[in-house]
Amino acid sequence: MSDICAMKTALINFPGSNRDKDMIKAIKDISKNMPELVWHKEVKLPKSDIIIIPGGFSYGDYLRSGAIAARSPIMKAVKQAANDGVKILGVCNGFQILTEAGLLPGTLMRNKSLKFICKSIELEITNSDTSFTSGYKQGQIIDCPVAHHDGNFFADEKVLSEIEKNNQVAFRYANGTNPNGSLNNIAGVFNEQKNILGMMPHPENLIEKAHGGTDGRALFAGLFEVLS
Amino acid sequence: MSIPNEPQIDAKLIADHGLSKSEYQKILEIIGREPSYTELGIFSAMWNEHCSYKSSKKWLKTLPTTGKCVIMGPGENAGVVDIGDGQAVIFKMESHNHPSYIEPYQGAATGVGGILRDVFTMGARPIAAMNALRFGAPTHKKTRHLVSGVVSGVGGYGNCFGVPTVGGEVEFDERYNGNILVNAFAAGLADTDSIFYSEAKGVGLPVVYLGAKTGRDGVGGATMASAEFDDDIDEKRPTVQVGDPFTEKRLMEATLELMKTGAVIAIQDMGAAGLTCSAVEMGAKGNLGIELNLDNVPVREENMTPYEMMLSESQERMLMVLHPEKEAAARAVFEKWELDFATVGKTTNDLRFSIFWQGTEVANLPIKKLGDEAPEYDRDWIAPKPKKPLEQTLPNDDVADVLLKMLGLPNLCSRRWVWEQYDTLIQSNSLQIPGGDAGVVRVEGHETKALAFSSDVTPRYVEADPFEGGKQAVAECWRNISATGATPLACSDNLNFGNPEKPNIMGQLVMAIKGIGEACRELNFPIVSGNVSLYNETNGVAILPTPTIAGVGLLQDWDKMARIGFAGEDDAILLIGAPSDWGHHLGQSIYMRDIVGNFDGAPPPVDLSHEKKTGEFVRKLINEKITTAVHDCSDGGLGIALAEMAMAGNIGAKVNQLNGLNPLATFFAEDQGRYIVSIKRRNLERVLEMSENNDVFTAWIGVTGGDSLQLGQTTPIPIAKLKKAHEGWFPEFMKEEL
Repeated sequence: MSDICAMKTALINFPGSNRDKDMIKAIKDISKNMPELVWHKEVKLPKSDIIIIPGGFSYGDYLRSGAIAARSPIMKAVKQAANDGVKILGVCNGFQILTEAGLLPGTLMRNKSLKFICKSIELEITNSDTSFTSGYKQGQIIDCPVAHHDGNFFADEKVLSEIEKNNQVAFRYANGTNPNGSLNNIAGVFNEQKNILGMMPHPENLIEKAHGGTDGRALFAGLFEVLS
Repeated sequence: MSIPNEPQIDAKLIADHGLSKSEYQKILEIIGREPSYTELGIFSAMWNEHCSYKSSKKWLKTLPTTGKCVIMGPGENAGVVDIGDGQAVIFKMESHNHPSYIEPYQGAATGVGGILRDVFTMGARPIAAMNALRFGAPTHKKTRHLVSGVVSGVGGYGNCFGVPTVGGEVEFDERYNGNILVNAFAAGLADTDSIFYSEAKGVGLPVVYLGAKTGRDGVGGATMASAEFDDDIDEKRPTVQVGDPFTEKRLMEATLELMKTGAVIAIQDMGAAGLTCSAVEMGAKGNLGIELNLDNVPVREENMTPYEMMLSESQERMLMVLHPEKEAAARAVFEKWELDFATVGKTTNDLRFSIFWQGTEVANLPIKKLGDEAPEYDRDWIAPKPKKPLEQTLPNDDVADVLLKMLGLPNLCSRRWVWEQYDTLIQSNSLQIPGGDAGVVRVEGHETKALAFSSDVTPRYVEADPFEGGKQAVAECWRNISATGATPLACSDNLNFGNPEKPNIMGQLVMAIKGIGEACRELNFPIVSGNVSLYNETNGVAILPTPTIAGVGLLQDWDKMARIGFAGEDDAILLIGAPSDWGHHLGQSIYMRDIVGNFDGAPPPVDLSHEKKTGEFVRKLINEKITTAVHDCSDGGLGIALAEMAMAGNIGAKVNQLNGLNPLATFFAEDQGRYIVSIKRRNLERVLEMSENNDVFTAWIGVTGGDSLQLGQTTPIPIAKLKKAHEGWFPEFMKEEL
């Protein structure tokens, strides 16, 4: 545990981030460590083992979700850190921002239903051989909630086949629970180097008994374990 | 005093401002001269029904508003209730009916925005929201469009702002064809030693404008909301405001951050009647005058007149009185969040509301007369004749067939299509989301405490008997909260009625308030905030009288919380609080109205002392961890409640019926004050003994188990079939409607 306590997390805060507190609670609960909060106007990141971009509506998302945030001052530093191999996790709006920033392949379009959707879905762990997913078994099915308007993963055929070929799919919606029309049921993807993960579902909302389940916990526990 | 280009005041202009001849006469007496155009607008904004409560005030005063836990009752932005450990829950429900009919998305969105602002204006971070929505008949041509727009609007605003929507109501009735109801509720959490109020203190202090810029949207909105609709309603579209939840989110963060600096003396959000209402409220409450300089108001449109600036209902704006020495620190907070911050005036000691624009004084009015001395009416009212008890021989329907039909009725089917568009999980504290008896969220920062929220009213009961219907709305809310194990603390009332100038409508309002008052007193459930929406009529036809009650309860230990789903096989099912024949009141029941087609009869009466005794007993069982599931018995009766418990828990049940009684009455009567509870068989004797000691009748009516529900002698229905009937209607109804 002492090792986990030494791990350093940076959490990027945009003015419209709104699942930042959920994420902070999850990090504190699992790592016993308070993440360092980084305001979107900063240009430098503190030295960290992992950078997390939480859910929300970064700058209102009246344009494409995450489009403005991807061009905010802090994102230059995030890109640099990504090149340096620092682990980066983007959840929901964080995922949208990472695709808009070009750090992850594909794009997240409006849900097929054209409506916001908040519900519990099932996820299959498609690649457990990464630091983000080491807490799960390959092929394991877990519960996880989603809450988004723009989670419909899309990529052109070429990109899609590369993603699949390189084992970049982290999670797929399982058992017919795809809530948004995502291609190949993709719920989360890595970059090619597997140091960046973006995912639409919210593991931070399923980490304790009060949430009705703890399936999201292993993502953080596994990641923190690897990093420490 | 005169302003160039302003229209001449004539009878038509006065009428267009919703002011009666006698009200205009009163204005002349108060100021001793003809008002300027801006002044006329200000009077109209302050004296309309929405802002002044002129028709309802006399009766609202009769409601119980105090109690051991009440820190602040009605009159502020929201009610404040003590929940122990130095924390308070701050909440209110408010209507946004008229705008939502005209422009459903923006109307509903800004309704949510307005109520959230009321809560964080007092220093509380919003932790839960609910919405009570009422639409016209599903067959009416506008209904699908309105449902779609309102639900998207509620979600669009609340989801982006970041508050979980944990409860609410959706109902259809042709009487809402021309006037839908959107009643938005929000609750927030604050420390009891840092709650902020609107009363200005101190002379010569800066009045500061914060938040979004002022535009022409919503000019005259509150006056519009105080009039009936006619066929030209679409022309009113420009009076609907446009919401920006991202700005609201920043405004909340900035406001809460600012409050921590100690700079805030008084604060009032700009809601109905915008700058006018907020400034008058702060001044009048503090016995101070307010002087505004409109040249400093941040505007987003060119050439705005003082009239427009004073009456704009642009959203996401606040007015504050600040400590002058902390103005710089305050400005820094707002600059960080990229919001406007402008000193637009000062407090004065002359009790005048004085407004300057381009170097000229365009209004100078006595501030107290605008605010707390607005007109008040004692309108004529006639108590409606009580309906005769129902006389009807029941058809020879099969209980199982009826149950399936009822589960798929617009007013009983699952609302999943609606609430899955709301973020119910954000903040990580949601313990119960919609679909149960009440929404429940944990109290942030506390190990075991949680708050339960429910919103209730049965308008068909209120119309048949406003007094009993008013009682029932309170009792059902109290019961739903109790059914989770929470102790009901206090509530907010949102009274939606027709035109109060008609004595029969005024009679509904008066009798409903009397019923609400009696129930709140008896159940120790004071009203701490609320809102009145009158003139909900189109072409002379009024809505069903709809006094929505939104209540809050406290769970000391959420680990003991009850849920509605059956939780194990072979549990005993008990009916608690019923008469010895389990219940038989069919008048105004959904079965009689929607299946048989008989709209006659009185609604079920509410025996408040019985209600109290039964609720306390059920809470006791929950707190002693004896129950495995708990559900209140309301719309649709015993049969529907049992089906909901089976569907929620995915466990079936076999339920008896009493010999010699018509099972249709047994399973679909809507007698009040009843709960269904499941317990382990081994506790049966103990619970029956406890219920006898507590003087509550408890019947052992069945056993859980299997994968179908059997009511009495009829065919068992598989749970999958129940679910199909229950879940099917809404998505089918809304198919392909965007």
